[in-house]
Amino acid sequence: MDELKLYTYIAVFGSFALYFAIAWWARASSTSEFYVAGGNISPLQNGMAIGADWMSAASFISMAGLIAFLGYGGSVFLMGWTGGYVLLAMLLAPYMRKHGKFTVPEFIYDRYYSKTARVVAVVCLIIASLTYIIGQMKGVGVAFSRFMEVEYDLGLGIGMGVVWVYAVLGGMKGITYTQIAQYCVLIFAYTIPAIFISLQLTGNPIPQLGLGSTLADGSGVYLLDKLDMVVTDLGFKEYTTDNMGGTINMFAYTLSLMIGTAGLPHVIMRFFTVPSVQAARASAGYALVFIALLYTVAPAVGAMARLNLLNTIQPEAGQNLEYAERPQWFKDWEKTGLLKYEDKNGDGKIQYVADKDANEMVKVDRDIMVLANPAIANLPNWVIALVAAGGLAAALSTAAGLLLAISSSISHDLMKGILLPNLSEGNELLSSRIVMTVSILIAGYLGLNPPGFAAGTVALAFGLAASSIFPALMMGIFVRKMSGTAAIAGMCSGIGITMLYVFQHKGIMFIPGTSFLGGMEPNWFFGISPNAFGAVGALVNFVVAFVVLQITGPAPAHIQKMVDNFRIPHGVSAIHDH
Amino acid sequence: MEKKTTYWQENLRLIFICLTIWFVVSFGFGLLLVEQLNAYRLGGYKLGFWFAQQGSIYAFVGLVFWYSAKMNKLDKKYCEKGS
Repeated sequence: MDELKLYTYIAVFGSFALYFAIAWWARASSTSEFYVAGGNISPLQNGMAIGADWMSAASFISMAGLIAFLGYGGSVFLMGWTGGYVLLAMLLAPYMRKHGKFTVPEFIYDRYYSKTARVVAVVCLIIASLTYIIGQMKGVGVAFSRFMEVEYDLGLGIGMGVVWVYAVLGGMKGITYTQIAQYCVLIFAYTIPAIFISLQLTGNPIPQLGLGSTLADGSGVYLLDKLDMVVTDLGFKEYTTDNMGGTINMFAYTLSLMIGTAGLPHVIMRFFTVPSVQAARASAGYALVFIALLYTVAPAVGAMARLNLLNTIQPEAGQNLEYAERPQWFKDWEKTGLLKYEDKNGDGKIQYVADKDANEMVKVDRDIMVLANPAIANLPNWVIALVAAGGLAAALSTAAGLLLAISSSISHDLMKGILLPNLSEGNELLSSRIVMTVSILIAGYLGLNPPGFAAGTVALAFGLAASSIFPALMMGIFVRKMSGTAAIAGMCSGIGITMLYVFQHKGIMFIPGTSFLGGMEPNWFFGISPNAFGAVGALVNFVVAFVVLQITGPAPAHIQKMVDNFRIPHGVSAIHDH
Repeated sequence: MEKKTTYWQENLRLIFICLTIWFVVSFGFGLLLVEQLNAYRLGGYKLGFWFAQQGSIYAFVGLVFWYSAKMNKLDKKYCEKGS
């Protein structure tokens, strides 16, 4: 076993051992501990846990790569996935915490006094969460197979086992404390390589400042100017102005991600774990700080990785790298199939240009930008080992949060709330553990046999959260008169139009060939891509709800009184069951 | 009862101010006005690009803490007395 592999095993299994120890120490003994960690988490701890809960395999592995290739267009992810927390902190979290229940569908049930509303919310929650988990499970499998040369299937199995131990044993309490540890692992693993690379390229150790600095090669040229120059020379669009699909599309995309973020139940749930309304507001602030730490480094990682890659292939304009002299990391990633070279003009050199016919780098997978980054920059082996542990921490922490959201909505909302109201606390706890085990098995199965639509489903998860859950919650708090009938009509039409739009362009249930309008851009409504449609769905939801409200009349007086009550933080009680 | 109404009005006013800033720094500076702002620079960053990839995020963090601090004051002012 070589040194790198040894370090990787130590980092990965060391971090697993830590998670297990925490899970044993923080095991849950009541439904309150299982669902909301007893409601006793401090805002700082909760902020860290939210950070890990939120930042998934996609944030850790894929986002910087997306930005590297989209340039300015990648801003939609940066603004969208952070701006949602402003909405959460001001429009949802404090009031939902004040109301003091265990789950998001339960809030919707109380506010809209309707079992139908509760079931609609459960269904949205399960679809959104399950599609998300598939991505995390795939991330776990990929991290194992890339870094430890373990079979993808076995790696995924190990990941399932690890999550099972600490999520089923510890519930929200165990998940919270492991997420805190996972946040530390992942932020360390993300920023250390970035600091090294920023130092190498610009002499500035802070990546956020390095991105705006001059290059350390003595030329006095700003890094971003150099990058703009290099990419345009090769025929790509200018890095700092390349706007993905136009301004309207970027606008709708950003807005959809923001309100989708604010409406994702596994994130909202974390706000039920703190002791007060003030603590709920504060934890949103801390969460955003911890998230911003990674999100402001990501654009530096993306831009610097792109520049490093281009500089490797073309050290000076017109002088391309001989394929035979390619560096070791290039060879390593060729083996995985994520980098592919094809000598089209037969000169033995590598041409990497925008023109498809002349381009010889036929595949550059965007995930490489984070995974290979430490190797490209010649960083020590222990840093590379950290990246593996960090990627796994990001995937496992998000998977655990999603699993809890699913199991609580099934055992608490469907079973206890609707089917078996007399379920005892002990049996409810047992049933949540069984449901969670089953969810892990389903998620694992879907990770092993990813359905054809897996790639398209993230759009659906955000679309559903944005077009149904967020508007229903927001109107429930800010529109005192909003009635159950109106809210349900709004939710259903919001989901309906979003699903219709996604399916008509991407295929019914994402099956290729069933898309009746095709994926062609000319058919897009105002040029808005299906991924960006959640914002339009939300708008439809609001409009329909208000129209129906006018026709069918306001909510009953006792509901309006309840709304008045959760708007005021006074007399905040401990979280309780009904 | 009246106290509760004023509390809520003040909260709404704060939210309105915060969300206006939220909109201006991200959708305004980062997207709609990006070309105009790109004429100015912040070190190596074009200003509009900086807002889209850095500045808006810092502003979000500031906003949440500011709102939180303001609301804590409001909570004390309106809700401590009474029971």
